[in-house]
Amino acid sequence: MNVLTEVAVEKKLNPMTKESNIKMRGKDVTVHYGEKQALFAVNLDIPERQVTALIGPSGCGKSTFLRCLNRMNDTIDSARVGGNITLDGEDIYDPKIDVVELRARVGMVFQKPNPFPKSIYENVAYGPRIHGLTRNKAELDEVVESSLKKAALWSEVKDRLQESGTGLSGGQQQRLCIARAIAVSPEVILMDEPCSALDPIATAKVEELIDELRANYTIIIVTHSMQQAARVSQRTAMFHLGYLVEEGATDKMFTNPDDKRTQDYITGRFG
Amino acid sequence: MTAVTFPAVVINWGSDEMAARRKRRYAADRRLQIYGMIAIAFALGFLAILIGTLTFTGYRAFTQSVVTFELDLSKAEIDRSDVMGADWRGIVRGALREKVPELPRSSERAYFAMFTSSAQFLVRDQVIRNPALLDGVARFSVPLSDPLDQLAKGQVDRDTPESQRRVTDRQIEFYEQLSAAGAISKPFNWGLFFNSDSRFPELAGLAGAISGSFWALLVCFLISFPIGIAAAIYLEEFAPKNRFTDLIEININNLAAVPSVVFGLLGLAVFLGWFGLPRSVPLVGGMVLALMTLPTIIIVTRASLTSVPSSIREAALGIGASKTEAIFHHILPLSMPTIMTGTIIGLAQALGETAPLLLIGMNAFITSPPAGVLEASTALPTQIYIWADSPERGFVARTSAAILVLLGFLILMNAIAIFLRQRFERRW
Repeated sequence: MNVLTEVAVEKKLNPMTKESNIKMRGKDVTVHYGEKQALFAVNLDIPERQVTALIGPSGCGKSTFLRCLNRMNDTIDSARVGGNITLDGEDIYDPKIDVVELRARVGMVFQKPNPFPKSIYENVAYGPRIHGLTRNKAELDEVVESSLKKAALWSEVKDRLQESGTGLSGGQQQRLCIARAIAVSPEVILMDEPCSALDPIATAKVEELIDELRANYTIIIVTHSMQQAARVSQRTAMFHLGYLVEEGATDKMFTNPDDKRTQDYITGRFG
Repeated sequence: MTAVTFPAVVINWGSDEMAARRKRRYAADRRLQIYGMIAIAFALGFLAILIGTLTFTGYRAFTQSVVTFELDLSKAEIDRSDVMGADWRGIVRGALREKVPELPRSSERAYFAMFTSSAQFLVRDQVIRNPALLDGVARFSVPLSDPLDQLAKGQVDRDTPESQRRVTDRQIEFYEQLSAAGAISKPFNWGLFFNSDSRFPELAGLAGAISGSFWALLVCFLISFPIGIAAAIYLEEFAPKNRFTDLIEININNLAAVPSVVFGLLGLAVFLGWFGLPRSVPLVGGMVLALMTLPTIIIVTRASLTSVPSSIREAALGIGASKTEAIFHHILPLSMPTIMTGTIIGLAQALGETAPLLLIGMNAFITSPPAGVLEASTALPTQIYIWADSPERGFVARTSAAILVLLGFLILMNAIAIFLRQRFERRW
């Protein structure tokens, strides 16, 4: 009896889940750091225009998985990625894939706000500029403005675009980083614990922003906060010790998880 | 849940034993501070002694005794179309002779030896630079020769028997006469900076050495800076980490410690021997110094590249910057202040390097400053070496003065390095 109601509830709450396109798909993804294996055969589908939260205790492999999705692990010499990850059906680890293009399509926001030590304007304009997305200054100005607006930062910084990005508060810096990611019009935005360095008010703003961005972007967020995962995501994947324990609609995961470990973790019994 | 019980330990923090223990720990703190202060006092003391002795022996070289005389060139028979060919020796001697009435013929030799032997050339060159002097009475100053300069500076003991000093009694008499007439003065010795080397201490200056050092450092910078940075970027950002690159790294670190004389021999064999480049020129000097500066720059650059937080690198790569863009747009500009600081300190080291320059012949006797990197010249440290080797008293003071000038340049360069660091370096 339960199973049926669950499905019904899930369908009702997330009408797109089953039908929506799969934007990214990980199949048997394994990652080794040198001798140490960090991920074991992870299979996870990321639906388009939804927020997918990756949760799990520290060292469970959720950030590792996230960094596989735009090949940021390439920058770590000892990291080896196995299995298969696709973006719109294309294997992103195919040697023919251009990493620069991939990272433009799959943007990333990091745990610690990391604006460039340049002006706010330059921070946002950098991506469009290197990718040649605009033809002139006016267009670039427009991209900067719309990106900052989308990141809900415009009203706070519009009068001081030439001031250094590092002079902003932590929450503003993180929204600047989001604006910087948005400026290259990515399809997917990866967020690695974007609020862990922020106070509750700044966190609320970023969460609100994530919710708005969902309309246009596919978002994958790693978080340590159960509440955050519950608040912002439509789907949740639980990692533990390098394995994907369980994944599904967020509401189900938080109310009636299949796996005992998930239940223990979200109720705060470990982790 | 098993209940864990801890035995109740009561610590009496106020006991004598505890108090004594804390006292010992504080004493250890104080001792360490005192040792540190003693060490600094030693260092400062030695520095003070060094600067003190140099200043004490060198300060006299910053003034030069000159004799001033009037000369009415309109009365002298000078062919205006051939100013160069006039009898300057006779003209200048005539003017000097007037300073001492009734100069006996027998003393003429001793009298004229009191002034620099190039007096006539100094006057001639001054007139050629400013032909207006030909039209009337003008005042000219020429340096006293070194023995008399020493006498003027109180460096000659008049009680020494005449045969054992370089100034004769007769010359002392003349000196007193000139001095009483107010013809002798001791102005600042600009010649020290604007003259080149000379056999006569009173005319010797550092212009050649300073410009030689400048050209050599310029060559050194132009070679070592780009190559050093390129090598560092490759090793740090692109090279795979394997045994071979480890070996390269060890070798670079070792190169930084190779004695400079070895680099000099290398330069002698390769640049002069194989490439057949000319001897004694700043180009070769700069190339040899570049070999020495290169490891320093590579090490500093690598260290400063690593010190840029990885978050910046990730930020750039994360929005799709290529590796080159991440390096040249973000990482390198951020590490530039440190690289510049390291480079300047490396160049300061190169400025003071003597041995390699001796081996490639930059200790030649050259009386005009080089006009470029392919003209033979000396450099500051080698000029010091040459002067330190010269017996004249004037060169003793000039050696110290030259060392002070060299130290001055080093302080200037290090000050620039500190300024750059304070001004531009960002802390993470």
